[in-house]
Amino acid sequence: MLTAALGFAQTLISGAGATFPYPVYAKWAADYAKETGVNLNYQSIGSGGGIAQIKAKTVDFGATDAPLREGELNEAGLIQWPMVMGGVVPVLNVSGVKPGALKITPTLLADIFIGKITNWNAPEIAAVNPDVKLPDLGITVVHRSDGSGTTWIFTNYLDKVSADWHAKVGTDKAVAWPTGVGGKGNEGVAAYVQRIDGAIGYVEYAYSLQNKMTYARLQNRAGKFVEPTSGAFQAAAANADWKNAPGFYVVLTDQPGKDSWPITGATFILFHKEQSDASKAKAVLKFFAWSYANGGTQAEALDYVPMPKNVVDLVQATWREQVRTGGKAVWE
Amino acid sequence: MERRPHTKVQAFAESWFHGAALACAALVLLVMLAILAELVHHSRLSLVKFGWKFLASAAWNPVTGEFGAASSIFGTVVSTLIALVVAVPLAIVIALFLVEVAHPRISKPVGYAIELLAAIPSIIYGMWGLFVLAPTMAVHVQPFVGKLVGKLPLFSGPPMGIGMLTAGIVLALMVLPFITAVVRDVFALVPSVLKEAGYGMGATTWEVTRKVTMRHGMRGMVGGVFLGLGRAIGETMAVTFVIGNDHRLAASLFASGNTISSTLANEFTEASEPVYLAALVELGLILFVITLVIQILVQLWLKRLKLRLGAEQ
Repeated sequence: MLTAALGFAQTLISGAGATFPYPVYAKWAADYAKETGVNLNYQSIGSGGGIAQIKAKTVDFGATDAPLREGELNEAGLIQWPMVMGGVVPVLNVSGVKPGALKITPTLLADIFIGKITNWNAPEIAAVNPDVKLPDLGITVVHRSDGSGTTWIFTNYLDKVSADWHAKVGTDKAVAWPTGVGGKGNEGVAAYVQRIDGAIGYVEYAYSLQNKMTYARLQNRAGKFVEPTSGAFQAAAANADWKNAPGFYVVLTDQPGKDSWPITGATFILFHKEQSDASKAKAVLKFFAWSYANGGTQAEALDYVPMPKNVVDLVQATWREQVRTGGKAVWE
Repeated sequence: MERRPHTKVQAFAESWFHGAALACAALVLLVMLAILAELVHHSRLSLVKFGWKFLASAAWNPVTGEFGAASSIFGTVVSTLIALVVAVPLAIVIALFLVEVAHPRISKPVGYAIELLAAIPSIIYGMWGLFVLAPTMAVHVQPFVGKLVGKLPLFSGPPMGIGMLTAGIVLALMVLPFITAVVRDVFALVPSVLKEAGYGMGATTWEVTRKVTMRHGMRGMVGGVFLGLGRAIGETMAVTFVIGNDHRLAASLFASGNTISSTLANEFTEASEPVYLAALVELGLILFVITLVIQILVQLWLKRLKLRLGAEQ
């Protein structure tokens, strides 16, 4: 009975980090546990938390939407690989505005979040939306109160398209928001937007889908207004050069292409190169290999974009080359 | 009347017990000093970089590394103040009702209900605040108040539902049972001979209550209030849900803000840069010092009250 208890204790892998991919990781974990009996415990505490925890070795893997640069990876002895891609979507709560009805240009988005435009009936918004009836209602910006890779992707985009944003705020997992209230996690932002009349926030697309929220259409680099769909995220990801990016560091915001969603991002897994427990390391990598091979349908059902096969092969090659226990390779 | 130890075993047990009790008391003090030392040690970077400016600055910029505690301290103080302003009069009235006015068949179940309120976990209060109180405030209360006194800076701003006022009300509901329980016990302990003397001289219920019961229980009441204050000032999860987590100083009660506890809860796990982490630990240190100062002030005030009331009796 003791060995059985020990055996049970070993089939638990732990991870922490981004709330962005939490819906799909939870789905994969549930299906994987049903199939193999190995349980995954994932804490969605935010990308910053995930990075801190994996560096402190309190979890088996970390998850982040904000990829680490090669220097930081080498310093911490980590490898990083992309798991899924998804889109960050502006969501709003204005009575009379239906999902997908409102069109927002890059400048408009930046001006709203920086606090320059404070009312929904502002002429700048009406100019882009002549056919939408906008009420005289104050705009309440909702952002993240915790450190977040979703924020990193969102501010990365605003930083690229607005010189004002670049000068005043910048891009990071947590920034000094010029205006608005903060919700904890994607869940918190979704809750606030749904409860405050006239609110606008940004969430990972799965959250807007699951909570049936009102999203807006964004204008991409090619000038077209696109809806956030799996096809739009895939179009944005098509140009990514994964092979030549050290540590798979690729940023997918503001990508060219007439169908591309402008705020797309990949979410990454962080893993230590040097593993003390070879069987545990193998169990973790087995989960991710299973997710790559079998998790595509669930990911697409939640409007995430699974990684293309050539990238999966590159990632598994990295596991083979880099993950070691005392000099011996863990993954074959 | 002290019993002197007669046998060797009794003497040994006495000295052993004294030693153990002393060690436990010393342990508590030691732990407190250790916490203080750790807080100072880990906030060194921030103390050195910002100095006293930290207390006055409302900046909070993780990108440029500029931090200041002003908005957090302001939020902590204001939300606690609102909580006490709402909870203390309510608690006193409820306690008076339970002790002086109510029939025991009513006062017993109401007493139990109040104690049940105290047992509810704080995060439930936070969820209730977010799902029930905030929409009620946004749809009914805040627009109404805004129409009446919206011109005043204290009540200006859009009726979001979440914000300082809602956080204060949630906190008030959380500390209410504690203050009520203490004050009720204090009132119940007033010797009936004093009250009967008052009634015998022709005083009304309200006069006896004010001049005899409350006067007698003043010290206990103050103690109860500060028990509630201690709970409110450090409350984390309930406040985080409904305060809006905004690092700005705003004059309006309808505006969002943040408290020291809510900032720590939100940002501690992911603060990766050393200065950011040090600034957060310094916020914790400030909260520690505030609580300590309040405790010292309360003890001094209670001592003065004892002298004053004692002299009058």
